[in-house]
Amino acid sequence: MTEVKASMAGSVWKIEVSKGETVEEDQDIVILESMKMEIPIPAESDGTVQELKVAEGDFVNEGDVIAIIE
Amino acid sequence: MIKKIVIANRGEIATRIIRTCKRLGIATVAVYSEADQKAPFVSMADECYLLGPPRVQESYLNAEKIISIARQAGADAIHPGYGFLSENSQFAGQCRDAGLLFIGPSSQVLEQMGNKIAARKAMKDAAVPIVPGTDEAVADAEEAKEIAELIGYPIMLKAASGGGGIGMQVVHTNKELEKAFDSNAKRAQSFFGDGAMFMEKKLENARHIEIQLLADHHGNVVHLYDRECSIQRRNQKVIEEAPSPFISETTRQEMGDSAVRAAKALNYTNAGTIEFIVDEQEHFYFLEMNTRIQVEHPVTEEVTGLDIVEQQIAIANGEKLAYEQSDIARSGHAIEARIYAEDPETFFPSPGYISAFELPDGENIRNETAVTDDFTVTPFYDPMIGKLIARGADRGEAIAALKQALLHYKVEGIKTNIPMLIEVVNHDQFLNGNTTTAFIDNYYLPMVKTN
Repeated sequence: MTEVKASMAGSVWKIEVSKGETVEEDQDIVILESMKMEIPIPAESDGTVQELKVAEGDFVNEGDVIAIIE
Repeated sequence: MIKKIVIANRGEIATRIIRTCKRLGIATVAVYSEADQKAPFVSMADECYLLGPPRVQESYLNAEKIISIARQAGADAIHPGYGFLSENSQFAGQCRDAGLLFIGPSSQVLEQMGNKIAARKAMKDAAVPIVPGTDEAVADAEEAKEIAELIGYPIMLKAASGGGGIGMQVVHTNKELEKAFDSNAKRAQSFFGDGAMFMEKKLENARHIEIQLLADHHGNVVHLYDRECSIQRRNQKVIEEAPSPFISETTRQEMGDSAVRAAKALNYTNAGTIEFIVDEQEHFYFLEMNTRIQVEHPVTEEVTGLDIVEQQIAIANGEKLAYEQSDIARSGHAIEARIYAEDPETFFPSPGYISAFELPDGENIRNETAVTDDFTVTPFYDPMIGKLIARGADRGEAIAALKQALLHYKVEGIKTNIPMLIEVVNHDQFLNGNTTTAFIDNYYLPMVKTN
């Protein structure tokens, strides 16, 4: 199991995957928006999206868990 | 006469406007979001009112709330600064309907120039050269590909209602265009409520040079010469200078004449700027008009001795310009470096707590700042935390002053682009004035990779 964490504080601009979807390493899981810039947050490993912890529009702090990949 | 102004903005431009108002004896009202409670501009103003939560839709873009505060405070004018509501025609109209002076142009002009396709048409009619491109909104990616084949790659894809680099992308191939069109249109729709896109030919090795204008309600227009703003990252300016080290006096005069002609054709009033793209042969083409004060206005102030905020207020008061073109003198050279809270190599945002903050000083140095020490830079707004402006009798002197000042600019706790700025101003190509819009791609980023 790996956790996908926010690399910086920002708002969730777009969720690129859905629960149960198979994803590959480096595939974008969500796009964060911080200081008027879009920052993609990729998966660190191949797997299945077990859980999405955020919704579009949510605010996250650096280190917050965004999704769980199994 | 204006006695009290609400500043519908935040950060350094709010402090900048407050400073001029204090000198003129005009009372100021700050409006702020919950994220900005401790920001310097809030305590500097004579009065302050909380707008709401940090999100811009609930704070700095909440037109009704700002107007309601202005009424409550007994203000007679609103200065919108730059960004946020500054170029919003509806907001300008709402202010006037509420009996408040909007320190900016008429809502009709804002509407016309806010749509970049309409702006291109207006410039064409005023005999101002425009970049080859589309005269209408492009329907979809398929049509965009057909047009790109005709114009020739690279092309610049742009949102009709865009600004701040949002909805804008350089595209080199059909495949890239297919992906870029829909994502930029969607982003533009989300940011500006208008997903219309248009295309322009991307000029290679070009410069971004703009003309600052002042136009009153009596048909008088003067320009305050040029600024070169070619050093950009992510399509946003980083270093600006006045005058441009590139154009000849003949081109400078032609660009100034074109800009004044354009402003007169539009019946423009307020401070404003016509942005041009200039190719290697000094041919210049209209890019867009900024119908507000701009971030980089201090370099023009430093070489002309004029206070542009004061001029905006005088124009809004209905006063005639106190200067004819022949009265506008220009002397020396000024350079501005924008201090961003970001990683100097990746340009990724770096919000966070500033544990120590010290500004450089000196008689050739001017600082415009949005922060202090013991202050948290939030991720809600743009990353600019300050502007450092250096001046000198000539470009060499101004650069020398800027270099020294950058070495003494201290920000601890967050990453800033200061290391990048130091690399840029020490680079031979910058020192030689080879400052095209490709500077960062051609000279800075390869240096980052090597290191």
